Amino acid sequence: MVVCACNPSALEAEAGGSLQIQSQPGPHDDGAGVRGSHVDRQLLVHTMEELERTEVVLLACGSFNPITNMHLRLFELARDHMNSTGKYRVVKGIISPVGDAYKKKGLIPAHHRVTMAELATKTSGWVEVDPWESLQKEWVETVKVLRHHQERLEAGSCHQWQNSPEQEKPSRKRKWAEPRQNSTQKKPLQPNTKAAPQVKLLCGADLLESFGVPNLWKSEDIARILADYGLVCVTRAGSDAQKFIYESDVLWRHRHDIHLVNEWVTNDISSTKIRRALRRGQSIRYLVPDPVQEYIQEHGIYSAESEDRNLGVVLAPLQRNIEEDAS
Amino acid sequence: MARARGRVATAGNVDVPDKMKNRIPVVLLACGSFNPITNMHLRLFEVARDHLHKTGMYQVVEGIISPVNDNYGKKDLVPSHHRVAMVRLALQTSDWIRVDSWESEQVQWMETVKVLRHHQSQLLRSAARMEGLDPDKPPSDLTAAPELKLLCGADILKTFQTPNLWKDSHIQEIVEKFGLVCVSRAGHDPQGYILGSPILSKYRHNIHLAREPVPNEISATYVRRALSQGQSVKYLLPDAVIGYIKDHGLYMTDSSQKGRSTQRNKGKTS
Repeated sequence: MVVCACNPSALEAEAGGSLQIQSQPGPHDDGAGVRGSHVDRQLLVHTMEELERTEVVLLACGSFNPITNMHLRLFELARDHMNSTGKYRVVKGIISPVGDAYKKKGLIPAHHRVTMAELATKTSGWVEVDPWESLQKEWVETVKVLRHHQERLEAGSCHQWQNSPEQEKPSRKRKWAEPRQNSTQKKPLQPNTKAAPQVKLLCGADLLESFGVPNLWKSEDIARILADYGLVCVTRAGSDAQKFIYESDVLWRHRHDIHLVNEWVTNDISSTKIRRALRRGQSIRYLVPDPVQEYIQEHGIYSAESEDRNLGVVLAPLQRNIEEDAS
Repeated sequence: MARARGRVATAGNVDVPDKMKNRIPVVLLACGSFNPITNMHLRLFEVARDHLHKTGMYQVVEGIISPVNDNYGKKDLVPSHHRVAMVRLALQTSDWIRVDSWESEQVQWMETVKVLRHHQSQLLRSAARMEGLDPDKPPSDLTAAPELKLLCGADILKTFQTPNLWKDSHIQEIVEKFGLVCVSRAGHDPQGYILGSPILSKYRHNIHLAREPVPNEISATYVRRALSQGQSVKYLLPDAVIGYIKDHGLYMTDSSQKGRSTQRNKGKTS
């Protein structure tokens, strides 16, 4: 059955199971360490249920040309949905703007797109921007971006404090980042070998449907993305997405790895429409975060000329897949 | 005091030609619950301004948000001082729209046309004062009092048809003496509403239909429900407004879901 939230249900109570309050002194009580009350609160709500949840990182790939409030909403909706299933806990969101080598028409230089995304996520405590993909010389397939981030998380998890509350961004000091001193007492905490969070691809229905575009995706990549990572797809027309999944053998086979999230607020703030509005001198205020709107105005980055970038150039994935098929 | 006199509020990157000076100055007034204010409300102003400027006939000099009086009696309406405060926060970063609490401070609820009349007289008074300040200055188009127009979504136009909701004489006064700027909304057919009403048809030259180029259906109803269910509303309304809502524990219960009517929240902080 396709996992689908057709009715936004109330979030499950955080403390659904029995509360396990720390009764013995632990590393957090040693007095020498600097621990804020934040950690204590985290421990209080760590019921057995909480600890059995799979930690998830939502990764969104795309042009972000420019980033809009709609992109940002995807993260919020997806997080609420995944958390409310009771099986997952979303700990981080990553925005990965595509590299210039993607060659999409109208794609402006990556450093602008990355900067705007950073400005847009300044006020978010859990969504951040990762420029790795945009810094690669060649275009990188989505499955490779997922793999890169999953491997990075796995490398990082050995050194992580295993409670791993929602990871704050590197710019903020995490006071509880030191490894555990004392592992002898029985605590409602996982041992040091806790699994790294799972990376899932966050997207809108357009990406799901793009799986059907000839030569845009390698079929083995689609299968890998679904089987190894999973998809969280935010869509307004849930039934269309379900139909699309039903009609595709590969999607149907991996339907349990596709989480459909219903977007009740029609939010068609597409970047294409934003760029069009800008060319026509129309306001984009309140459709993108204020700092993004200011940045665009200051740098004058969108125009009729910028829209013609890559005109007549073949999109990188199409180029690559056609070439590989030919060889 | 009318603000931005002589200064035209425009979207960025738009060159303001000299002929702007010969345009009719306009002030946009939006009435409503603003319970709470959302990015969609704010978009109404931006879209309306762009539209009027494109006609070549108007220059929008100011926007006013006037939250409705508590005695309006709508379910789930949080106290007006909160709604006014939230609008103020939302407008912190706007240089041409302001909040006005006059309507909410009146003893009783008042019809929209009366709010329009009040603000019109305020504008006339300011214009007279401006002229009075510089008697040597020849009266020009800019010192004439701006035209005050009611800004609304297409759904409001439809409510003119609801029996007993509006007095016919008021509808007439609104479209005849003031004017309407109506921003399109999905599922509504503003042209149809106008054609279906004799009064609206007669004054259709004074009804400006603006199309929102980027569909954006953020309803305050949805926002309230999401808040009561602990769901995120980030990016649907300004951060400062969300902060205020959390600080004051607003919209924690949604009586439309529970069948209980509450005028006032208990002030629980989340």
